[in-house]
Amino acid sequence: MKRYVYINDNDMSQDVYCDNRISNRKYTVLNFVPKNLLEQFSRFMNQYFLLIACLQLWSLITPVNPASTWGPLIFIFAVSATKEAWDDYNRYLSDKQANEKEVWVVKQAVKKLIQAQDIRVGNIVWLRENDEVPCDLVLLGTSDPQGVCYVETSALDGETDLKTRVIPSACVGIASELLHKIKGVIECPNPDKDIRRFDANVRLFPPFIDNDLCPLTINSTLLQSCYLRNTEWACGVAVYTGNETKLGMSRGIPEPKLTAVDAMIDKLTGAIFLFQIVVVIVLGTAGNVWKDTEARKLWYVLYPNEGPWYEVLVIPLRFELLCSIMIPISIKVSLDLVKSLYAKFIDWDQEMYDHETSTPSHATNTAISEDLGQVEYILTDKTGTLTENRMIFRRCCINGISYGNESGDALKDPLLLNAVASSSPDVIRFLMVMAICNTVIPTKSKNGAITYKAQSQDEDALVHAAAHLHMALVNKSGNILEINLNGLVIQYEVLDTLEFTSDRKRMSVVVKDCQNGKIIMLSKGADEAIFPYACSGQQIRAFVEAVEQYAQFGLRTLCLAWRELNEDEYEEWSLTYKEAKTTLVDREWRLAEVCQRLEHNLEILGITAIEDRLQDGVPETIETLRKAGINFWMLTGDKQSTAIQIALSCNFISPEPKGQLLLINGKTEDEVSRSLERVLLTMRITTSEPKDVAFVVDGWALEIVLNHYREAFTELAILSRTAICCRVTPSQKAQLVKLLKSCDYRTLAIGDGGNDVRMIQQADIGVGISGREGLQAARAADYSIGSKFF
Amino acid sequence: MTSKGATSSGGGDDGATKRNSKKPQYSRFTQQELPACKPILTPGWVITTFIFIGIIFIPIGLVSLFASERVVEIVDRYDEDCIPAKYSEDMVAFIQSSKTNKTCSRTLTVPKLMKSPVYVYYQLDNFYQNHRRYVKSRSDKQLRSKAYASETSTCAPEATTGNGSAIVPCGLIAWSLFNDTYGFSVNKKALEVSKKNIAWKSDKESKFGSDVFPKNFQSGGLIGGGKLDSSKPLSEQEDLMVWMRTAALPTFRKLYGKIEVDLEADEKITVVIQNNYNTYGFGGKKKLVISTTSWIGGKNDFLGIAYLMVGGMCLFLAISFILMYVIRPRPLGDPSFLSWNRNPAGHFN
Repeated sequence: MKRYVYINDNDMSQDVYCDNRISNRKYTVLNFVPKNLLEQFSRFMNQYFLLIACLQLWSLITPVNPASTWGPLIFIFAVSATKEAWDDYNRYLSDKQANEKEVWVVKQAVKKLIQAQDIRVGNIVWLRENDEVPCDLVLLGTSDPQGVCYVETSALDGETDLKTRVIPSACVGIASELLHKIKGVIECPNPDKDIRRFDANVRLFPPFIDNDLCPLTINSTLLQSCYLRNTEWACGVAVYTGNETKLGMSRGIPEPKLTAVDAMIDKLTGAIFLFQIVVVIVLGTAGNVWKDTEARKLWYVLYPNEGPWYEVLVIPLRFELLCSIMIPISIKVSLDLVKSLYAKFIDWDQEMYDHETSTPSHATNTAISEDLGQVEYILTDKTGTLTENRMIFRRCCINGISYGNESGDALKDPLLLNAVASSSPDVIRFLMVMAICNTVIPTKSKNGAITYKAQSQDEDALVHAAAHLHMALVNKSGNILEINLNGLVIQYEVLDTLEFTSDRKRMSVVVKDCQNGKIIMLSKGADEAIFPYACSGQQIRAFVEAVEQYAQFGLRTLCLAWRELNEDEYEEWSLTYKEAKTTLVDREWRLAEVCQRLEHNLEILGITAIEDRLQDGVPETIETLRKAGINFWMLTGDKQSTAIQIALSCNFISPEPKGQLLLINGKTEDEVSRSLERVLLTMRITTSEPKDVAFVVDGWALEIVLNHYREAFTELAILSRTAICCRVTPSQKAQLVKLLKSCDYRTLAIGDGGNDVRMIQQADIGVGISGREGLQAARAADYSIGSKFF
Repeated sequence: MTSKGATSSGGGDDGATKRNSKKPQYSRFTQQELPACKPILTPGWVITTFIFIGIIFIPIGLVSLFASERVVEIVDRYDEDCIPAKYSEDMVAFIQSSKTNKTCSRTLTVPKLMKSPVYVYYQLDNFYQNHRRYVKSRSDKQLRSKAYASETSTCAPEATTGNGSAIVPCGLIAWSLFNDTYGFSVNKKALEVSKKNIAWKSDKESKFGSDVFPKNFQSGGLIGGGKLDSSKPLSEQEDLMVWMRTAALPTFRKLYGKIEVDLEADEKITVVIQNNYNTYGFGGKKKLVISTTSWIGGKNDFLGIAYLMVGGMCLFLAISFILMYVIRPRPLGDPSFLSWNRNPAGHFN
C-alpha cells in the first residue's frame, strides 16, 4: 500500500486524506456520559456494586437506606469521571491550541496564513526559525544554500540534541521563489508509527528539470511537533496530516498495568461473589422452608396465606443484600485514595530529588505503588543506570603502542602528546578518524568557543579528546567539514555517511580531501565488527590484546580503521549505494549489504578506550537489595568482558572463590545447547551450596536459546540469582522480562535510554531515569527518577 | 497536574517537565517525618503485655463472678402447668377460648433474703420480636403525636380497621401486647407491685405522646394480645412502652414491675397468674422471674467467666513464652529466617 502525494496540487489530493486537525480526545461532549459509564462498568466490581445498589431500591427487601450504597457509588464514579473529563478537557485545549496555530501555506502559488488544522496533504508549508512543525513534512528547501536545517526532536523521542535534516538532492538549488510553484509527486508508504524510518521517493514534474526518482529518508523529513532551530526558514510538503502523522500514529494508551494486589482482589472478588451466591441460595432456601413451616405458626407476624408471585425471591434477595458487605464498597474508595497518596509521597520526597539535574522523582502511574515492595527480579540496564553514562576518553592504543596505561588518562600521557606534536602519521590518522568519523555537529558561539552536539556520548568523548589533542572539528556546513590541526585548517568533503546501526555495529564516513582529492573511508566500530574486515596483511594481535586489556578495566572500546579508495572503485560503489538508498522495501538491510562491500580491507589504526564511570553508591545499593532477596539481572548492549568487569565492580557477582561465573556461549545451535545443559547441571548442583552463581549469556546465544531451548532457559532463570546478558537488543530485553513474568515473578525494569523503553513497558514496574540518553525511558515508565541510587 | 505545556504535543507528559524545574517542598508531612511510633514486638514486650493483661483481668473476673453470685433469682415456668389437665391435648383452644378460666396460682419459695427493690420480669422463649415483618410494623410518628394519627403506612398488616379508620397504636408490635398479669401475696397479705417507672425515661417523655390516646385498638376481627385503657394517653401506658422496645433475641425478659419491700428467706410467695397470652401456637415458653440486682445487673456469670478465661490464657501464654525464651532464645531480626535464606532453592515456591 502506498500513498501518492501530489505536491501543491489542489485537485488531486484534496479529499483523499484527512485534514490536519489533531484530536487526542477520548470523548466528545455527547458521548462522554455513556462512554465513560460503559468503561467504568466494564469492571466486575462496579457491576456488582450497581447490582447491589439497584436491589436496595426495592424497599421490601432492603435492610438499609439505599443512600448508603448509592452515595459512595456515585462518589467514586463522579471522581473517576471528573478525572477523565479533566484530562480530556486538557487534551482538548492543547489540541485546539495546536489546531488553531497559524502557519504559512502556499495556496494558488501565494503564501497565505491559515490555521494549522486546514493544512492538506500536498500543501507546501513554510516554517521559520523556532516554529513547531504542524504535520509531517518532506523538506523541499531551506535558507541554507546546501539545503540543511536543524531540528529539535525532543517532543518526539526525548532527545534534546539538534538533528540535521537535508533536502532531497532533487530539490537542491531551486530558488525560493520557484518553490511556490513546484510540482511533483511523492510516493510514500501508508502512515506508520516508526519515527526512524521513512522510505519514499520523490519525482518532480517539469519544468523542474530533474525528472528522476529521488530517494527520501527520514533525514529529509520534518516530523510533527519538532522544532526548527538554527535555520532561518524551511519549507516542505505535507505528507501525513492530523492523526495520521508519525507522532499521531505512535500515540496510544499503553496497556494498563495491574498490580499483584489488584489481580488478587479481582480474583478474590470473583470467588467471594460465588461463595455469596452459594450462601444466598442455601440460606434463602432454608429461610423459605422455615417461613413455610415455622413462621406461619407465629400468629403475631400475621403472614398472609397467599403472597405475590415473587415471594419466593424475597428472602434470598434479602440475604444477598445482607451478604453484600462481604465485598465492601469502601475497599475501592480507600485503596484508590491511599494509592494516590503513596504516589504523591514519591513525588514529594526530597531525598529522591536530584540536585544536579534538578529533577524530582515522579510517579506517573499512581496505581501500582504497592508493587514496589514485592519486586523479586530487577532487570537493569548498564549504561546510564549502573554507570553514569558520562564518557571520558581514558586510553588508546595506536599502531600497537598503548597510551595512558600509567596515568590512566591518555590525554595527559606525555608520549602521546609528543607523538601529536611530532605529527607522527599514525597518530594523525588516528585522530582524524576520531574527529571526522561521527555525526557530531559543532556550533560556534559568539565568543568563538566551539560546542559539540552529539547524539551519542561516545562520539562526544572522542571529539572532545581529539580537540584536546589539537585536532579540532571546527565547522561542518553541508558536505564540507573543517578540521583545525595545530592551527592549520584542513577541509574535507563528506561524500557519504554509512550510518551506525545496532546490527552493523560500526559506522563509516567517506570523505574527499579537498587539497589532494584523495578519497578515504574512515570507520569506527565495535572490535568484532571491524577486526574481521582488516586487510589481510595486518597483524591485529596487538589490538586484540589491547581490547581485552581495556575490557578488563571496564572500559568501552572502539576500534578505528581507515582505507584509501581509488576513484573508480568509489564511483562504482556509489551507484549501487544510491540504488540501495532508493529502495522502498528492506532498505535498511540492502544498505547494510552495500556498505559491507566497501568496508573491507581496512587498515586498523588503533583502539580507543572510554571510561564509563559507576554511579555513586551502586555497589552498596546492589548489596542491600540482594540481601533482601531480590535477584538482579543486568541487560546490556556492551560486550561480555566489559559487562563482567562492571558487574564485578558493582558487587553484582562475587570474585572467584566465592562466586562462580557460568558462560553460555557458542555460535551454533549445538554448541549453545551443550553449553546451556552444562550450565544448568552445574546450577542444579550448586543450589545447595552457599555460593554465588551467575550465568552470562550473550545476545547471539540468547537468540538461539530463546528460540529453541525456552524451557531449559526458564529453569535456569529460576535457579540463578544473577544473570548478565550482554549484547542484547531492545526486543531481547523485553523478551527476558516477559519470560520472568511468565514464571509469576514480579519484575522491575530500570533503564534510561531509548533501548530500554520496551523492557520498561513490558515489566510489572518500569522505572525510567531521566538521564543523559534523553527522556524516552522516563516517558514510558511508571516512575521516573532524576538519578539512580539514592 | 495541569498539562497545559507550551508545546501542545498532546499527552499529559508536559506536566512532568513543568514540575521538574522545582524541588519538592519541604514539610514534615511530605517528607514523612511526622513523629511516629513503630513498636517492635520483642519477646520482652510481648511477655510483659500478656502478664499485664492477665494480672488485670483475673481480679476483674473474680469480682464480677462474685457479684453475679450475690444476685438472688427465682425463675418459674408456668405456661404448661397453668393449663388444666383436660385441655392438655389442645392448649391453643384453651387459650383462645373466652369462656375458660385462665386464673392460675403458683407458690414460690424465696431461697435467700432478697433486698428491695426486687424486680419482676416475664420471660418469653422462642418469641421472635426481631422478625422483619414484626419489627418494622410500627409507626413512631403516630406514637409521638396526635397530629400524625393517620400515619399508618408502615404498620401493615395492622394499620387500619376494616372500614379504613386508623388504629392507634398501629402495627403488629402493639397489637401483640403481652397481657398476662401477676398478683403477689405473702402469707395471705397482698404484695404491692409497683408498675411505675418501668419504661425508659425517653420513651415516656418524648417517644410516646401525652396527647395520643388509643383508638380502634384490638377492635378488629382478630384479637392479638392485651387491650389498652383508651382514657390514658400512651405516655402513661408503661407496659406498652416496655413491650415496644423490641428484643433482639428470641429469648428475652421484660420488666413487669418492682416490689419495693424486702423478701425474707424461706418466705412463701403466692402468685396468681392470669394466663392470657398465647405462646402455645408456636411452642413458646412463658416464665416468671423475680430477681434482685447488683452493680453488674441481673444474674450473669458469663462476664466473670470470660474475664477469667482471657486472663488465664494470657498468663499461660506469658509463661510459655518465658520458657521458650529461656530454653531456646534466638536473635531478633535474624535474616537467615527469611524465606529465601532458609532454603537455598527457595525460588521454587
